[in-house]
Amino acid sequence: LVAQLPEPTFRLPREKPPPKPRPPTRWEQFARLKGIRRKKKTSLVWDEQAKEWRRRWGYRRAGGDPSRAWLAEVPAGADPEEDQFARLRREKRERVARNELNRLRNLARAHRAGSAVPAAPLHPTGHQDRDELRRVARVARVSTASLGRFQPRLPKESAEPPSRSGGKKRRFEPLLGNLAAERSRQLELLRDMGSKKPVLDITRAVNKQLRQEEAEAAAANKGKKQSKRGKRGRRQQRPGRSSKKSGARRPKPQQPKTAGGGSGGGRRKK
Amino acid sequence: LIYCYRKPKTKRAKRFLEKREPKLNENTKNAMLIKGGNANLTVTEVLKDIYAVKKPFAVLYKRKNITRPFEDQTSLEFFSKKSDCSLFLFGSHNKKRPNNLIIGRMFDYHVLDMIELGVEKFVALKDIKNSKCPEGTKPMLIFAGDMFDVNEEYRRLKSLLIDFFRGPTVPNIRLAGLEYVLHFTAADGKIYMRSYKVLLKKSGCKIPRIELEEMGPSLDLVMRRTHLASDDLYKLSLKQPKGLKPKKKKNISHDVFGTTYGRIHMQKQDLSKLQTRKMKGLKKRPAEKSAQDGGAAPKKSKSA
Repeated sequence: LVAQLPEPTFRLPREKPPPKPRPPTRWEQFARLKGIRRKKKTSLVWDEQAKEWRRRWGYRRAGGDPSRAWLAEVPAGADPEEDQFARLRREKRERVARNELNRLRNLARAHRAGSAVPAAPLHPTGHQDRDELRRVARVARVSTASLGRFQPRLPKESAEPPSRSGGKKRRFEPLLGNLAAERSRQLELLRDMGSKKPVLDITRAVNKQLRQEEAEAAAANKGKKQSKRGKRGRRQQRPGRSSKKSGARRPKPQQPKTAGGGSGGGRRKK
Repeated sequence: LIYCYRKPKTKRAKRFLEKREPKLNENTKNAMLIKGGNANLTVTEVLKDIYAVKKPFAVLYKRKNITRPFEDQTSLEFFSKKSDCSLFLFGSHNKKRPNNLIIGRMFDYHVLDMIELGVEKFVALKDIKNSKCPEGTKPMLIFAGDMFDVNEEYRRLKSLLIDFFRGPTVPNIRLAGLEYVLHFTAADGKIYMRSYKVLLKKSGCKIPRIELEEMGPSLDLVMRRTHLASDDLYKLSLKQPKGLKPKKKKNISHDVFGTTYGRIHMQKQDLSKLQTRKMKGLKKRPAEKSAQDGGAAPKKSKSA
């Protein structure tokens, strides 16, 4: 006596995340493009010499064991002194190595597609492939003052792709957009200009700076090896710190730039 | 990632790896029962009994492992990866937390939820002298007490306990094989776990009379610390792949009451030529048929 259980309604967490479909290999992409479909091959092939069905490859294959081939013809335009057997062996080794290399490349591509490496190294390592180099070249082209607009392209590089910002370096809000927001912004600006208290609290900023320097000194004393990181850390922390210094956090684009610039300039002079 | 570029050389190794990789329909979750550095007799007995209940989907580790799950989870994750277990039960004992059991589960070999329970009273399997049900029986789980619905921690505990004791998921079940009941009650701050064996006695009608006989381990638990997963991680672990949704069959729809409706698409019918019932008198005579067919050879009418 068997009862059929209804569908489970209580959701329980999975053991492992659901499997991700692996990205197609280079050959699979090409085949899809060309419309090549897989031909179903029979597992057994008729061997005329042995007069029986033998497998296509593997143990006792049709056509005999290639390693025991006792005859190797010298091809038309080859060197008569060359050892044909050695050539066949070498070519087999090369084919196997190339297959293995392609398999590893496909694996690496699939793995990279899954993890999406964020920052490509910008120094040439010699182990970068075409896509990475293309990315790096794009970064290099775009790191000019005009964002790569007037940069001559490399000989084999493709034409200019559509840029995300539409070619503009600064983006402005529309002229007659949110009138209430514009009004509040202008009033806030006037208020800050007219107020007696400065936007930047000098004492707080100085205290923060002192504390930071003390912490860095302590870290530097802890490990001499970490001194380099401290210097780099201090250099990286600068823009972060200046944004914290500006007193009121303003969401509009113009304000933090001037405030940050002003405070940064002020601090630097001190 | 050695497992990526080293292909398995034997079929057995390939099967082993295929069993462990993420799949659409997953395997039954395995549990690992671990003893801490200072496990005492009670806790060891609890682990042995739970192992007996969860066989063959559990691994009982014989040796003591000196770890603290709440502080450092790397050792647990390493064990989980090596033995492919996603549930664990860790038993320990010290003065501050006597008879401690940490029940938890993993997602992708990382700790998802962990709840620490203290065992106040424990009656072992061998202390209750009556017949037990065979190992590997799928238990029925009953949760009593509104704490299991109201309190967030208790809700997670309920989900954890279901996960732990569920066993394999089956579409059909043999009614005579429903022998084991695990009953969890949440009352005044404690959780009582009792196990019963179901006896089907003869009754007048077709449905047998059910009697519950206490068998199996009974525990009185108290919730101590918890380490629950964040909401988004929990939601991520609940996510089911699209392939698991039942494929929608076209032209079939279901009613609220359970009635199944189907649609048939017909060609246009000439209703004037429609014939509903076979009536011998209306059967076409050979002469009429030949007139319709336009000179085709008339069939010989069958003699009754």
